[in-house]
Amino acid sequence: MSDRFKGMVLEGKLDLPFSYSAGRTASRFFIELRDHQRIMGKRCPRCNRVIVPAQLFCKECFTKTDDWVEVGPEGTLITFTVVYRKESHHPKDAPLAYGIIRLDGADTSLVHLLAETDVAQLQPGRRVRAVFSKKRIGHILDINHFEMA
Amino acid sequence: MNLRVGIIGVSQTKYETNKSYQAITDTVFEVVQEAMADAGVSREDVDSIVTSSVDLWDGRTASNQMLTDVVGAIMKSESRVAGDGLGATFQGMMTILCGASDLTLVVSQCRGSMGDPYGISNWVFDPIFQQPLGLDYLSAAALQANHYMKRFEITQEDCARVVVKNLNDAQNNPQAQVAKETTTDDVMHSPMWAYPIKEMDAAPVSDGACAIVLASQKKAKALSKNPVWILGAGCCVEAHYLGDRDLTEGEALAKASKKAYEMAGIHDPVKELDLAEVSAEFSYQELLWTELMGFCGRGNGIKFLEQGMTSAEGALPVNPSGGMIAGNPVTVAGLTRLVEAVLQVRGKAEARQVQNAKMALAHGTTGCCGQGQYVMIVGN
Ligand SMILES: [Zn+2]
Repeated sequence: MSDRFKGMVLEGKLDLPFSYSAGRTASRFFIELRDHQRIMGKRCPRCNRVIVPAQLFCKECFTKTDDWVEVGPEGTLITFTVVYRKESHHPKDAPLAYGIIRLDGADTSLVHLLAETDVAQLQPGRRVRAVFSKKRIGHILDINHFEMA
Repeated sequence: MNLRVGIIGVSQTKYETNKSYQAITDTVFEVVQEAMADAGVSREDVDSIVTSSVDLWDGRTASNQMLTDVVGAIMKSESRVAGDGLGATFQGMMTILCGASDLTLVVSQCRGSMGDPYGISNWVFDPIFQQPLGLDYLSAAALQANHYMKRFEITQEDCARVVVKNLNDAQNNPQAQVAKETTTDDVMHSPMWAYPIKEMDAAPVSDGACAIVLASQKKAKALSKNPVWILGAGCCVEAHYLGDRDLTEGEALAKASKKAYEMAGIHDPVKELDLAEVSAEFSYQELLWTELMGFCGRGNGIKFLEQGMTSAEGALPVNPSGGMIAGNPVTVAGLTRLVEAVLQVRGKAEARQVQNAKMALAHGTTGCCGQGQYVMIVGN
């Protein structure tokens, strides 16, 4: 083992602004959330799957998606977790819950926050419904969370 | 593979909560010197260098640039993998297989202590759909754990048994960060972090580094009395978006391991492999990964463990070193697994030595919930 002298430790902080372009498809997805409180997917012309959130292309077929399809706002819980550890990157205070949700009419699932943080109330297969934020800006958190349906 | 790549030198640090008594370059200098000494080579003999590190963990960008001097790369070919150390080994292997290098040094380093570990993992997620939700490796893994455990009726006590096995076995590993007599009660009583994952189900976060020396078949035979050969290798990657994946399926690992077995001529991994070192950051992952690598049927990972098959004296010991539960140098972890595998087939794993180990599997992963998967088979 190395000698355990107490070395100097210099403090630093990475705090840099970034701007991320959402692109044509995600922009339309967010505009639909913001202006119409609609969750949109896109259909793959080859495998017919409705992909949510809407994507430019189908990863399986490697083909551009075409038709826009409204899905949800209700869906089925595939899996969930309730997080108790507090983290500064959380959008709200712990405990907070996440779910992977298969929205009605969709063939892929959406990851989002759940309102229910009591593990006993949560079960895969439970029905959930999107609750939209009052103030919407064109962002994934324009869906505030999913509540039990 | 027509010609084989040999591993002729290995080194790893002790894994510690905090190596603030050293600069990163001090740590890397040590492992590089040790690996080259182990191989009996000097800087002049090395043709190319592959490093593995991740900028955000290093708190700077192009962070391999601070390593060029200390890995001996000045006036040599250097490239870097921003990911797991076993992934860097794949790249190192390719420098030799394509004829560009006869001797390649692979170095991986990470300091979990420098930043905010789960906070850094939040930045792994895409900034459009997932990162703003506050997801991190813990919450994403908990989504996977819960899905897997519900699908196959695995209990939290079952996962606790993985921790017990690893922390007890880690007492044989002087490099381990956490090693102690542990009971399932200890694990069950540790605080719930993200249902169903408790504090003790999660690997600690460590500081550490590894270095290995790879050589072409000819060079390995000329330089080494006991080269360890890379007999098989496979890698595969899944979709990034969590909702696009069935987190209980893990097809990438199934494919990566199948490819590695085919290359190594393995038909029955349980019979033919002598041990496996797998990168499981959370206890459930050791069960899930062993199933996906075909050690047992789907959902039988816990049965396989309970039968003692994966214990240090079992038919196929899994993580006799204690695995990541005993020490988690984050992006180094896959290379740690490979170093352990090499020490085992050399018969130099000391107290954690598996009897007559001739062929071992090393597994590494990158991204959340096993998005990227690497499997390597090594043997004499
Ligand atoms: Zn398709």
